[in-house]
Amino acid sequence: MKRFRFNQQEIVFAVFALLFLVFSIFLRGFLTADNMLTLLQNVAVLGILGLAMAIVVIGRGIDISLIAALAVPPGLVLQMVQNGHSLPASLLTAVLLTIAFGLVNGWLIAYAEVPSLFATLATGLLLAGLGQAALFQLDVVQWSPGMDGFERLGQGTVLGIPTSIWMFAIACIVVAFLLRKTRWGAYIYAIGDNPYAARVTGIPARPIIVLQYVITALIGCFAGLVMAASVNSMPTRVFNSTLIYDVILVVVLGGIGLSGGRGGVLNVVIGTLVIGTMLNGMTIMDISYAGQNLIKGVVLLLAVITDSFLNPRNEETAQQGDI
Amino acid sequence: MRDTLTSLRYRYWPDHLLGEILSKRWTETAIPVILLLIVGLALSRSIDNFLSPASLADTARQAGEIGFIALGLALVVIVGGIDLSVGSIFALTDFCALYLLDVLDWPVPAVVAATLLCGALLGAVNGVLIGYLRLRAFITTLITLIIYRSAYDLLIQRYSNAIASAFPDIPSWDFIGGGSVFGIPTVALVYIVVAIVGHIFMTRLRPGWHITAIGGSRRSAYNSGIPVRRTIALCYVASGVLTSIGALFFASRLGTVGGDIGVGLEVIVLTATVLGGITLGGGKGSVAKSAVGVLIVLLITNGLTTMNARGGVNRMALAGILLVAAMVDIRWQKNRTRIISKVYVAPTYHALPPPPPTEIGQGGPFEQNDKLRNVESIGLGRIEAPEDVILDRHDNLYAGSRHGDIMRFLAPDYQKMEVFAHIGGQPLGMAFDREDNLYVCIGGMGLYRITPDGTVEKATDETNRSMRSVNDDSRLRLADDLDITDDGLIFFSEATVRYEMDEWPIDGLEARGNGRIISYDTKTGVTRTELRGLKFPNGICVASDGQSILFAETFGCSIKRYWFAGPKKGKVEVVMDNLPGYPDNINLASDGNYWLALVGMRSPSLDLAWKMPGFRRRMGKRVPVDEWLFPNINTGCVVKFNEQGKIVESFWDLRGENHPMITSMREHRGYLYLGGILNNRIGRYKLDNADPNFVQYDKRWGKQS
Repeated sequence: MKRFRFNQQEIVFAVFALLFLVFSIFLRGFLTADNMLTLLQNVAVLGILGLAMAIVVIGRGIDISLIAALAVPPGLVLQMVQNGHSLPASLLTAVLLTIAFGLVNGWLIAYAEVPSLFATLATGLLLAGLGQAALFQLDVVQWSPGMDGFERLGQGTVLGIPTSIWMFAIACIVVAFLLRKTRWGAYIYAIGDNPYAARVTGIPARPIIVLQYVITALIGCFAGLVMAASVNSMPTRVFNSTLIYDVILVVVLGGIGLSGGRGGVLNVVIGTLVIGTMLNGMTIMDISYAGQNLIKGVVLLLAVITDSFLNPRNEETAQQGDI
Repeated sequence: MRDTLTSLRYRYWPDHLLGEILSKRWTETAIPVILLLIVGLALSRSIDNFLSPASLADTARQAGEIGFIALGLALVVIVGGIDLSVGSIFALTDFCALYLLDVLDWPVPAVVAATLLCGALLGAVNGVLIGYLRLRAFITTLITLIIYRSAYDLLIQRYSNAIASAFPDIPSWDFIGGGSVFGIPTVALVYIVVAIVGHIFMTRLRPGWHITAIGGSRRSAYNSGIPVRRTIALCYVASGVLTSIGALFFASRLGTVGGDIGVGLEVIVLTATVLGGITLGGGKGSVAKSAVGVLIVLLITNGLTTMNARGGVNRMALAGILLVAAMVDIRWQKNRTRIISKVYVAPTYHALPPPPPTEIGQGGPFEQNDKLRNVESIGLGRIEAPEDVILDRHDNLYAGSRHGDIMRFLAPDYQKMEVFAHIGGQPLGMAFDREDNLYVCIGGMGLYRITPDGTVEKATDETNRSMRSVNDDSRLRLADDLDITDDGLIFFSEATVRYEMDEWPIDGLEARGNGRIISYDTKTGVTRTELRGLKFPNGICVASDGQSILFAETFGCSIKRYWFAGPKKGKVEVVMDNLPGYPDNINLASDGNYWLALVGMRSPSLDLAWKMPGFRRRMGKRVPVDEWLFPNINTGCVVKFNEQGKIVESFWDLRGENHPMITSMREHRGYLYLGGILNNRIGRYKLDNADPNFVQYDKRWGKQS
């Protein structure tokens, strides 16, 4: 039996290799330089979001409001520049908004003790509603001349590799450094593993949880900027899409258990590759949007079921109301 | 002057009600109801025609449809889960109904049955995954939300035209959607029926209790043998069915399969559920809460729509309400007991004049002596907490024990001890009736009767519920001492209606008249409250005229007399007040006077504190319980008094070694037997000049051979 006990990371990587191989052989137009570029570009934003989500999931939380953080602050940047403000001022405003949003999330979860899924579900709606009601004139915020130069964040290539891939790489390095090399990274793992034990050992659990959500929101905002730069606009209705499920899929498939305390950047990269390949293959196969969602949903369900067997919930530290 | 004001303020302002109201379970429903009234009032003032019949009927239709979904979600939340897929189930079952009716031309009853089945199956998927595979409810239903939604999208791509082009003209179908009975829409009627059935199910039937138990503590429910997994799975099935009922009404009302049907519905329903006060995480909730939550949310969203708010505002309002409601609910659930215990204790003003002197050399009837110094001990170390002692006419000695037993020491040497009867609660005052039955007041249980052969029978454990009390005062909390009249009427005291037996010092801290005297008629079995508002009534003894009782008010430091018959019926007179200590049990003495135990002596500090209710409230909130100022019950004495309120004699023990504390005493054949609730022994003291043939039974009921 012991021979077959691969860890999830290896299984998922094998799945990725298999998918890639099958698509390369059977799908015309999959293994072309153009398509590979599209695949990686599409994957980059998802990957950055996956990193953001990974941080909170490792700390035994989840952030459903990530897409709101992706859509609204970068949309605000575009809108402000359009309205004649300077780019740095707009960026600063957006970053402040993001930090405030992260603080609200963190406070609700750490201090008000609202379950994270629930709190972020509501704050996401709140932020998206705020954008819809007060910030944006149109659902798609257009690129304006004042933004010139900023599109290099998501377009063009450096050393033959698209910039967005570089952005993903940079984000990976930053998050890996935070998680592995800094003290609060270790704290996040400790809190995710057993919040009560972490608190008893003297870790400032509540501030660290708040910090998690602030960092996550900031990374989400960064992903949104990259996304806006690569498509030269900010389609704020992305909030209504199923992107958040893709992000969760990346994290869970990559092998970061939802019960917290496990996983790292490498898991996100693997998860991103699998999802990216899958989405790309389905698009080439011309499966409808609803059909793609159906398949993604089923895959996510299978992933969650597998996850619940591989990383069973810790009943000792599971909280009443931890739904 | 200041004292007068304080006393008036504490006499007429009901401080104790706040804590009592908060500890009621219905307050948690009352808050959403008040919110509903406020929202309804505000909107009806700001929007024209808000309360017109047409508008109300429209609201009722929507409320009915959403109400069904909210009922399903309430069930799932109470069992400790959550169901986000209701919006998608709603869309799919809506499609199912219209497809069967419009495209396949099924008859209406079959459509209804098939739609309900469809809802059940969709819910069963959630149920199996969450109940049996034990996945996380939130993430699982989030995923089924996408799956169902994309399935719906795929289906309407193919069939929406066919459904849109059909115009079914079936009266029964139209009646479901648009009909009304006496002006009440069908959906609202059906909802009311389902809600009433649901209420009975949740509060009166076993499966409903199982659901609440699982939500309260899954593991305990499992350990007590409840089929946890099956129950959880069935809750999700029920949620699916209820959602499909809502979808049926929606389908028959509008008959469309638009792309956005049911999108975001889960947030609306979830907001309604949380706003109604159904606790996330399970274990608490009711049908009424769900209904109130739905009404509030609908009023707000409809109001915003009428006021032409932008889509985003609506969204923000919902999310904001959801967050605030969840936060309030979570904090309240977490701190509820702490808040209640802080506001529950409500001290009141209680002024006593300076006590009479007791020191040696000061004179007076209470002057200390050392008569009890050489009390003998009976059952030393073998009995615990004999609050009261009594002897039968065969000279056997009975006493209660902390372990819930009545112990019997056999005459003549009282060396042999046996368990006479096991009751289970702490026995306090005792009395024999004419037939040798032993009546015992049991703290926390009520009045019990033990027949001569040791059989335990309940005499009474409840009295009439008084209308003006917020706390349910029909149950007996702390029956304390009793006596039996010639006619077989038992008068017993209940020391407090606000606290349990172990919390008696808190009642002393409050010093409010929380106690009462209750009568139990052994002939008719009727229990009736006779006197209310007494400050810890304790000892009771029938007076010589047979028409009145003497009773002690421990924290009132007084002895009073109550006439239950005769010309002065119903009157209460003070016999003695301003005692230097806290009076406890009263019993007959052989010379026609009465014995009284003083369980502890007053102290200047507590006397002063009793005049300062605010100080005691702060103490109750800020100081740990074991450091509060308590009535002192270390040292006491036995006094003999007559019906005129004159102290005849007093018995002290300066050393306090042989019998440290006295709560009761009983004279028998020239000896005084002493009981103390904190003692591990019974005391016996040889009385000088006492009738050596005095037996209480003979005195009360006549000598029998």
